[in-house]
Amino acid sequence: MTDEALLSIENLRVRFRTPEGTGTAVDGVDLAIAAGETLGVVGESGCGKSVTALAVLGLLAAPPAEIEADAVRFAGRDLLGLSAEERRRIRGREIAMIFQEPMTSLNPLLPIGRQVAEPLRVHLELSAAEARDLAATWLEKVKIPDARRRLGDFPHQLSGGMRQRVMIAMAMVCRPRLLIADEPTTALDVTIQAQILSLMRELKEETGTALLLITHNLGVVAQTASRVVVMYAGQIVEEAPVARLFEEPFHPYTRGLLRSIPVLGGRTGLEAGRLAEIPGLVPAITERLAGCRFAGRCPHAFALCRENAPPLFAIGPAHHARCWLQVHPERRRRDD
Amino acid sequence: MRRFFGNKNFTVGFLLSAAVVLAAALSLLWTPYDPNRMSALERLEGPSLRHPLGTDQYGRDTLSRILAGAVNSILVGLVTVAIGLVLGVALGLLAAYGGRAADEAIMRLADLLFGFPAVLTAILITSILGPSMVNAMLAIGIFYIPVFARLTRAVARVVWEKEFIAAARASGIGELAIVRRHVLPNILSPLLIQGTIQFAVAILAEAGLSYLGLGTQPPHASWGRMLNEAQTFLDTSPWMAIFPGLAIAWAVLGFNLMGDGLRDVLDPKMARLR
Repeated sequence: MTDEALLSIENLRVRFRTPEGTGTAVDGVDLAIAAGETLGVVGESGCGKSVTALAVLGLLAAPPAEIEADAVRFAGRDLLGLSAEERRRIRGREIAMIFQEPMTSLNPLLPIGRQVAEPLRVHLELSAAEARDLAATWLEKVKIPDARRRLGDFPHQLSGGMRQRVMIAMAMVCRPRLLIADEPTTALDVTIQAQILSLMRELKEETGTALLLITHNLGVVAQTASRVVVMYAGQIVEEAPVARLFEEPFHPYTRGLLRSIPVLGGRTGLEAGRLAEIPGLVPAITERLAGCRFAGRCPHAFALCRENAPPLFAIGPAHHARCWLQVHPERRRRDD
Repeated sequence: MRRFFGNKNFTVGFLLSAAVVLAAALSLLWTPYDPNRMSALERLEGPSLRHPLGTDQYGRDTLSRILAGAVNSILVGLVTVAIGLVLGVALGLLAAYGGRAADEAIMRLADLLFGFPAVLTAILITSILGPSMVNAMLAIGIFYIPVFARLTRAVARVVWEKEFIAAARASGIGELAIVRRHVLPNILSPLLIQGTIQFAVAILAEAGLSYLGLGTQPPHASWGRMLNEAQTFLDTSPWMAIFPGLAIAWAVLGFNLMGDGLRDVLDPKMARLR
């Protein structure tokens, strides 16, 4: 948690109060992103990664959401202390976000040029002509072929990959200092995924924006991020530089995730073994758990794990893991 | 365009409605006779070449009065749907996005208005305000407010959950601008469908009120009024009732079919469900 962090989140907690009970979606998350850095946030569906992003942007409806944090600072400002109007001015201007579903993330009734130009008109108060011109430039930057002539196209005339490019243009037009990408490639074909990821890397190089990449796909993180945070059931369970995480994963959950990546050409045809999986499900957010949240699915869990929640231990340089194995290494089973 | 005219309901409805609108427009420029011209010598005549649809008890030409009555019907449809749309959409959006208290207040008020039989309340309103065409339009229009408010609230909520709204919010666009630029265009088709159907209902309602003497006042021509006047002469001059009745049926059928056709084309999911 350095001082020069662009975004720093300390002890973020998000609860949802529903008639069925209160669910804790995010429970004490600390995150920091330096300017220009790419941070990957990895975890299964429902682990709180998207909620964290939405809370930072101020896009969670409260109620039912209850957001608390010791601090959420962005470029020296306390985000939680800002008024709704001040936060709106930051969204799209300084922190932008792109979503998972390119097929539904564009207004079907507005030409793409107008949609890309809209943040420019709102935040920079450009005239229609100036905004249109800049929108065309950005559509070129995201490599939409024949961009200028396609300003009047409607979303249904574009493929999924093209729409995601439009979404990226829309998020980047105001040159935000932080881009939050929530599963930006999940809904796309594998070949298109690679194109979109390399496009995002290029734009990042060019604009120097920091990237918070939310995904459940470790492969995406490996290609893009410099640092990785693994989340499980609303908590950070492991945090490490990307190379270190892949070489020396510590937390049994991280190891499970890494094992369940299918290896292309690794084992093929009839000899193909069953892909490794992590047994069980993420606990429901309304469950109250004593001890480690992963204990129920962990092959190494022992009595301590079920009784006491482990803190985030330092494992190595810039490497932390929330696991009792750090202090009881003898409990790690040999076969893992 | 081809999409619309490929639909039989829409095409037939459109042609019927267009005929009514054209008749109304024509009557403003020309009618065979002055619709209010009385003639003691031509009272209660049957259809003839001189008076294709006959005359009434004052010798007024029925065809001319039906044409003039079309203006009345179109006007009522336009004004009542406009009242319902403008206020209904505004209240519906407020209910959808204005927080729980606004939602409860507006929707319970709508329930209250729905709880009364429409015709009875329209009679109540016109008898308080006095019978006139303007008051009849007000009475019908007021009933349309909850119709459009409920519809708007329902579809606006669905649209608000769409990802492109989240994307717009994430780019810092203000809530009002989002409603105007992203929500409204996306709820237009259900409103258009409902508006067309309510147009038909308004024509029928105005005819009913005028028949009861609470709508358009004599000597102005109104289809409902004409039915009322024909009642006394039903035995001897049935054409006096038949032709205005046909005009009402024609117009109501036309706008209804057009609304159904619009729904088939614009909302394929609903069409399949039916």
